[in-house]
Amino acid sequence: MDKFIIDNMNLYYGSFHALKNVNLNMPKNKITAFIGPSGCGKSTLLKSLNRMNDLVEGCKITGDIKLDGTDIYSDMDVNVLRKKVGMVFQKANPFPMSVYDNIAFGPRTHGIKKKSELDRIVEESLRDAAIWDELKDRLKKSALGLSGGQQQRLCIARALAVKPEVLLMDEATSALDPISTGKIEELCLKLKDDYTIIMVTHNMQQALRISDNTAFFLLGEMVEYNSTDAVFSSPKDKRTEEYITGRFG
Amino acid sequence: MADKNNAALIDDIKPINKVTFKQRMLSYKRKPLSFVMLLLVALAALISAAALVFIIVYVLVRGIPNLTPELFALTYNSDNVSCMPSIINTVVLTLLTLVIAVPFGIGAAIYLAEYAKKGNKLVKLIRTMAETLAGIPSIVYGLFGMLFFVYALGWGYSLLAGAFTLAIMVLPTIMRTTEEALLTVPDSYREGSFGLGAGKLRTIIRIILPSAMPGILAGIILSVGRIVGETAALIYTYGSATGYATGFLNSGRSLAVHMYVLTNEGLHTDQAWGTAVVLLVLVFAINTLSAFIAKKLGTKKG
Repeated sequence: MDKFIIDNMNLYYGSFHALKNVNLNMPKNKITAFIGPSGCGKSTLLKSLNRMNDLVEGCKITGDIKLDGTDIYSDMDVNVLRKKVGMVFQKANPFPMSVYDNIAFGPRTHGIKKKSELDRIVEESLRDAAIWDELKDRLKKSALGLSGGQQQRLCIARALAVKPEVLLMDEATSALDPISTGKIEELCLKLKDDYTIIMVTHNMQQALRISDNTAFFLLGEMVEYNSTDAVFSSPKDKRTEEYITGRFG
Repeated sequence: MADKNNAALIDDIKPINKVTFKQRMLSYKRKPLSFVMLLLVALAALISAAALVFIIVYVLVRGIPNLTPELFALTYNSDNVSCMPSIINTVVLTLLTLVIAVPFGIGAAIYLAEYAKKGNKLVKLIRTMAETLAGIPSIVYGLFGMLFFVYALGWGYSLLAGAFTLAIMVLPTIMRTTEEALLTVPDSYREGSFGLGAGKLRTIIRIILPSAMPGILAGIILSVGRIVGETAALIYTYGSATGYATGFLNSGRSLAVHMYVLTNEGLHTDQAWGTAVVLLVLVFAINTLSAFIAKKLGTKKG
C-alpha cells in the first residue's frame, strides 16, 4: 500500500532545475531513506511533501504528488496536509516556551482546549518519543534549556502530538552525538508500526541500519530506488555503487 | 558545603595564565603607542561618565531643596506652581499616545517583516520614509500638529491634538524597532510552527510576537522617553493650561512643558529645578521598570 505517490515531478528554483522527472512510490508503515551528496535535491524533495517549499520564493513545481490518492497541491488545504505530514528539522527548533507548551502547541492549533485532553496528549507524545522519563519533572521548564539530543526528541514528540500519518525527517540526527542518534534511530524503528517515515540522511550507515527502502539522488535526478538491502548489496547503477562505496560524494 | 570548600580551594590556586601588573607594564614599555591609546580611551570614558554624573548631581543639588510639599499640592496656583497636574497630565498623555501609536506601529512592522515580499519597492519606500521621519526635529511635528489637528480639525490646544502629534512622532521608532525585532526571530521558529499545520496568523501571534517582545518593548520604552521629555511638539498642540486635562479636548501641560514655562517666565526658577528632579526620577523609574519587564520576558524566553 503506497502512502505517497510522486509522479513526473519537476522542481525549479528560479531557472535552476533542482529535481528532474522524479517518480517515486513510498509504502505505508515503512522507513524510506533519501541519500545522495549535498545539493542533489533530496531535502528539496522532502520539503515538497509537506509543501514547506511554498515558503521559498521562486520555487516552481510541476507533476503530481499524491497522499493516499489525494493531490496535495490541488485538492488539500496546506494546513491539513501539514497536520497529516509532520516534519522534524535538521536543527532542533523548539519554541522558546515550556516543554509542555511546545508539545501542546500543535494540538491547540487544531482546536484541542481541554486541559485533561492536552495533559494526556503531552504525556503520550513524550512517551512515544522516548523522552517522558527524562522530562516528566521539567514540563514547565523552558525547552531551550534541554540538551541538543533532548531538544530533537522533543521536536519529534511535538510532531507526534498532532497525530500525523507521515513523519518527514530532514537529517534529523546530523547535529547529534552517537548516543542521541542511536536513541532516535531506535525510536524510528518503533514508530514505523504507526507512522510512515521518510528520512533524508547523509549517514549511509544510518540508512542501512533502519530504512526499508532507499532512494539515491544525484544532481536532481533519482538514480536508483529499491529495497535498502538491494541498493546497498547489489546496486544496479554504477553511480550508486560509487557513492555507497565512498568513491565520491 | 562541598561547594564552599571547593570555592576556597579554587581561590587558593595560583594560575599561570594570570597577567600581572608588572608584565602588563613591561609590554607597554615595549609598545608605548598602545599605552597612549589606553590612556586616551580611558580618558574618553571618564569624561563621558563625568559629564553625565555632573548633570545629575547638579540637578539633584539644585532641585532637592525645592521639593516642598507645596510643589505637589493637588491644585495649581501661581504661588505654589504645583507640578502635580502636569505629572498626571504626562501619564495620561503618554498612555493615550501609546494607545494610538503602538497598534499602528506594530501592525505596520508585522506587514513589513512577515507579509510583504522581500525586495518589495513599497517596503523600501516605507523604510526610507520611516527613517527620515525619525530624524525630523520635533518642532516640525509640533507645527504640523498645530496646523492640522488644532486648526484644520478644530480640536484646539487639547490632549487629543497633543497625543496624535506625538503618536505620529514616535510611530517610526516603534515601527522600525518592532520590525528589527521580528526579523531577528529565527526562521526555524516559523518553519516549526508551519510544519505543525499552524496558519500564518497563529504563527505570528503565538510564536513570533512573544519571541520578539523584548525588542518591541525596547522600542516602546524609547518612545515613552521621547514623549515624557518632549516640549517643542507639545506647546503648540497640547498647550500649557495649568490644570488637569480631564477631557480629550482639554488643554494641559506635560511635566517637561511645565518646566519649560517656569524657566521661561523666570519667576520660579527654584521650582523649575524641583520639577527637573521629578522628571529625572520619572524617567529613571520608567527605565528601571522597563529593564525589569524586559528581563522578565527574557528569562521566560530561556
